[in-house]
Amino acid sequence: MAKVKMHRGTPSIDMTPMVDLAFLLVTFFMLTATATPDEPVQPAIPSSVSEIPIPERDMIIISISKDNKVFFTVDGQFTRAAMLQKMAGIYNLSFTPEEEHDFAVMTSFGVPVGSLQQFLSMDREERKKLEQPGIPVDSLHNELADWVLQARLSNPKVRIAIKGDGDATYPVVKKVINTLMDRKVNRFNLITGDEKFPTEMKLDKKPS
Amino acid sequence: MAEISQGGGGGHKKGGKVRSKKTSTRIDMTPMVDLAFLLLTFFILTTTLSKPQTMEITMPEKPKPGDEPPEVNEKKVLTLVLDENDKVCWYVGIKDPEVKRVDFSKDGIRKVLIQKNSEIRDMIVLIKSLDVAKFKNFVDILDEMTICNIKRYAVVDATPVDKELVKEATL
Repeated sequence: MAKVKMHRGTPSIDMTPMVDLAFLLVTFFMLTATATPDEPVQPAIPSSVSEIPIPERDMIIISISKDNKVFFTVDGQFTRAAMLQKMAGIYNLSFTPEEEHDFAVMTSFGVPVGSLQQFLSMDREERKKLEQPGIPVDSLHNELADWVLQARLSNPKVRIAIKGDGDATYPVVKKVINTLMDRKVNRFNLITGDEKFPTEMKLDKKPS
Repeated sequence: MAEISQGGGGGHKKGGKVRSKKTSTRIDMTPMVDLAFLLLTFFILTTTLSKPQTMEITMPEKPKPGDEPPEVNEKKVLTLVLDENDKVCWYVGIKDPEVKRVDFSKDGIRKVLIQKNSEIRDMIVLIKSLDVAKFKNFVDILDEMTICNIKRYAVVDATPVDKELVKEATL
């Protein structure tokens, strides 16, 4: 049998398709990527079989951290600015336009309204380092209720979601839910991660 | 200055036409491709594929003072009490119930729920939670309601009686 001759020389492959694909993927990931705002807490959310996606806009998100602190955020700069003005009116505080702007572009926060001014005067790095005490939700001194109310007045379309850490204990969750129920918010969302619907249960009619 | 006239205008003076160089138009694309892959890797690694979902929950309206609580047949009531260490206690009825403790696994609470759901017609599930329970447990139990297709359930506060009952729970 004739020997197969090895082709010597620089092996060159046409890399064009690969590069095309690489760029396609880069474009895809760049366009789908969303910048995650740096939040003071990142709750480890529990998983559920629910498959309802979170609306991206008009959301109040009440985060509950692992150590049972409550944080609050609402999206929309105008909503936030309007909300802050209303809160300032209730608590007899006054915020400078700079502070208002700072507040409008901020993410979630967990400081009582009394120390909000001091919190806003800090710069970004200092804020990040600060251990925020959480928003008071006790029945005697419930600032969360005011925040929720003012946010809803500023943006009537807003919906409420609770983003709780799996290890947060139930009493604080109950307090938050009670706060909402006191304000006649009986419908809200719990933010959860995904989990597969157990296959053996799929024989039953899956709830829509 | 002299150099400039020598370079640009010099050739023109001589009358010869300026010829554009006919070199290949190939450029070395290696750095660009390197960068493309770098970006690709970055975006792949930072992207989050699973977006969080939400679970809709509707709570009943707070009863006004003077409202009578609705009466239910105690035999139709299954009470679940969320306990610590990811355990859940359950009992049927109200008077001297037999309290059992199970976990959140497939063979734990789900088995109980499926069984009771088929045994009891129009079963009502009351979800109570002790202060030591975690938020995760709460979400899990609501999830089980969805999975087991239980339509009638309510989240209520635990009573001191429940706390006592849980202590006596057996496996």
